[in-house]
Formats: sequence, structure tokens, C-alpha cells
Amino acid sequence: MAAGKEIKTQISSIQGTRKITSAMEMVAASKMRKAQDRMQESRPYARNIRSVIQHLAKSNPEYKHLYLQQREVKRVGFIVVATDRGLCGGLNINAFKAAIAKMQEFKNQNVEMDICAMGSKSVSFFKTYGGNVTAAKSGLGDKPEIAELIGTVKVMLDAYDEGKLDMLFVVSNEFVNTMTQQPQVEQILPLKAEDDDDRLNHHWDYIYEPDARELLNGLLVRYIESLVYQAVVENNACEQAARMLAMKNATDNAGDLIDELQMVYNKARQAAITQEISEIVSGAAAV
Amino acid sequence: MAMTVHCDIVSAEEEIFSGLIEFVSVTGSLGDLGVYPGHAPLLSELKPGPVELRKQGGEQEIFYVSGGFIEVQPHKVSVLADVALRAGDINEAAAEEAKKHAEHVMADKSTELDYSRATAQLAEAAAQLRTIQQIRKKMGK
Repeated sequence: MAAGKEIKTQISSIQGTRKITSAMEMVAASKMRKAQDRMQESRPYARNIRSVIQHLAKSNPEYKHLYLQQREVKRVGFIVVATDRGLCGGLNINAFKAAIAKMQEFKNQNVEMDICAMGSKSVSFFKTYGGNVTAAKSGLGDKPEIAELIGTVKVMLDAYDEGKLDMLFVVSNEFVNTMTQQPQVEQILPLKAEDDDDRLNHHWDYIYEPDARELLNGLLVRYIESLVYQAVVENNACEQAARMLAMKNATDNAGDLIDELQMVYNKARQAAITQEISEIVSGAAAV
Repeated sequence: MAMTVHCDIVSAEEEIFSGLIEFVSVTGSLGDLGVYPGHAPLLSELKPGPVELRKQGGEQEIFYVSGGFIEVQPHKVSVLADVALRAGDINEAAAEEAKKHAEHVMADKSTELDYSRATAQLAEAAAQLRTIQQIRKKMGK
């Protein structure tokens, strides 16, 4: 029965693991609800400021802000948002893959790259993958504050202002639903007009108060901040959802494994008993 | 029926109002602005102050915003507020307190460092009180 004892220890160790994973699943589920609420709360602002910026991109302003000008692309910036902690399935890897695919496109055109890594997984990934990381921020926590992100984003915006960067992308995960998270690469600078609103397809401009330059500076910086904040908050919701799912799978797998091992154990036990009986019987017959 | 235009008031934390309105007035950085449907495109910064709406059907509503931006299109008005409050949620006592505190800090010459912050706080508190007074006036009518 030596094998039996080993199997028994293995079963109890897997049971321990299952307890941990199922606890993590429950923690992630409750955190996900909060993260989702936060994501929903900031969505209307992001949506509205986006529509304002779309209008702005379609207008014919007297003052062309830097962020509205298309430049020849020599160097691009990527803000890659990832999680702080692991054990969340393929979430980060999928985002990194999307980022790298996009980076490869630029590499083929001999365009250089700067990377701004957000979240410790992103930081450590680009440390090993290589790439010029100009800004890094980890430890965003469950309740990211706009104020905390601004500093990191500002590094990229300053580089853009100085003409060191000609394009800026944000890579993050989009929260489709609890089961699905979609990595997305979004161009945030220069601003692109996507809105097909026919009401705006004529030559027009805003009335600016107080003046165009000051106003646009404030508005556009606010827009970028809101975009990055939204990406981080959304990524957080994705993280919790992905972790919940990963832990649920782990718990289920642990259950399957325990069942299988239990079966092996029972068979081994039964075989041992049968053998013992046949030994006794044959022993008795010999007497 | 009066002409209406769609209006959204959002802050970073939540959506405060979304619906059809007949008229809206806000505190722009260069003075008060009144917007009727079909207004020319306009972008303006906002100062702390009340946002007054006349909703479809003539019902009035007042909000408080602590600054931000307003975008006006002939078919749409968006108010992007830094912080927005329903006027009913403003705590008058707290606003009064904040105003006093800000005035005190400004009067105190020794703390010169925080002068600009105190000015901003004072402007905000004063704007909140102004919003409350405006509501009182409406109610009194």
C-alpha cells in the first residue's frame, strides 16, 4: 500500500490548492463588480469628450493645435496598459501580442519606438522583451486615480510636444463582457476624425472662449487623460474578470484531478485487498 | 411646441443629465452664456458656477459645476464638468465654511504659498452659494 499513501498526500495537496483557487475566484468576482461600476461611471465622460474631440477634428479651426496635425512618422509612442498581478489567464499576453504586432508594422517601416509601461506586468515584460521604455508606472491598485496616471502620461505628451514622437497609441484590453476581453490598440495622437456625421461636413469653426490656443490645450490634455484613465479602469475590470475565469477553471480542473486520483487510489486499495485475500486463501489451501 | 436640443451634462464620476432641453445657461470663463437650440458651434471653458436648464415642457433644473468645458453644436450641447453636483446636493453650511476658510487663508499673509489654491477654493465656494441663492429665488417666485 506504499503507492496508496503517496496518492493520498497528492490528493490532499490538490484539495489545498483548490481551496485557494476557489477563494481567489470569489475575491475576483467581488472586485470585478466594483471595477465594472467604476468603468461604467467614467464611460459617459469619456464618450462625451470623445464626441467633442471628433467634432473638433472635423472643424476647420483658425488655430491648428499640435495634436490635430498629421506629421511624418519617424518615432511612435506606445502606452501599454497591463495588470499589476498575474494569475489572470492570457489577458496580458494577448495585449502584448497585439502591441508587438503593431510595433512590428512600424519596425518594418524603420520607425523607432518609445514605450510607456503601465502596470508591473507590462514593466517586467518590456524589460525582457527589449524596447526603449521611457516611462513606467506600476502599482496602480484597484482604484486608479487620475492624478497618479497624469505624471506618466505627461512624459509621453511632452515628448510629443517636443516633436520627439509623431504618433501615440494606447494598448489595453476592452471589456466586452465577463467572458470576453478584447485587446485593442488605439491611436490617440494625432486625433483622427471617424465620425460620419453629415451635419458637420461643411466648412465651419467654433467660436472659442477665451481663445483657441488656451482652450484647446486644456481640452485636449483633459481628453488624453480621460482616455488613458478609461483604458486603465477598463483594464482593471478585465483583469478581475479574467482572473475570476482563470481561477474558476483552475478550481474545476483541481476537482477533476482529485476525482481521477481518488479512482486510482480506490483501485490500488482494492487490488491490495484482493491480493491479500488470495494470499490467505492459497496459504490456507496449502496447509 | 418650443424647439429643443439634446444636452448631456457629465462629470468624470457620473452622468448628471441627458435629455432634451429648451434653454441652458452656464458660467463661461468670459461671462454667462445662454444657449438656445440652433446655437452656432462654440467651445468655452467654464468657471465654477450654476448650470441652469429649462427642460422640454418648461421644467427648470439647476446644477452646479466646478469648472470644465462646454461644447455647443446646433444639434447638441455637451457640458464636460470637472465636478458636477445636483444643486440639491450642495451642502450650504459646508460651502459657507469653505468660503470663510478660504477668505481666512487669503487674509493671512504668512501662508502666501497657497494663495492661488485659496482663490480657487473661494471662487468655488462662492459659486456654490450663488447656485443655492439662485434656487431660492426661483422657489420664491
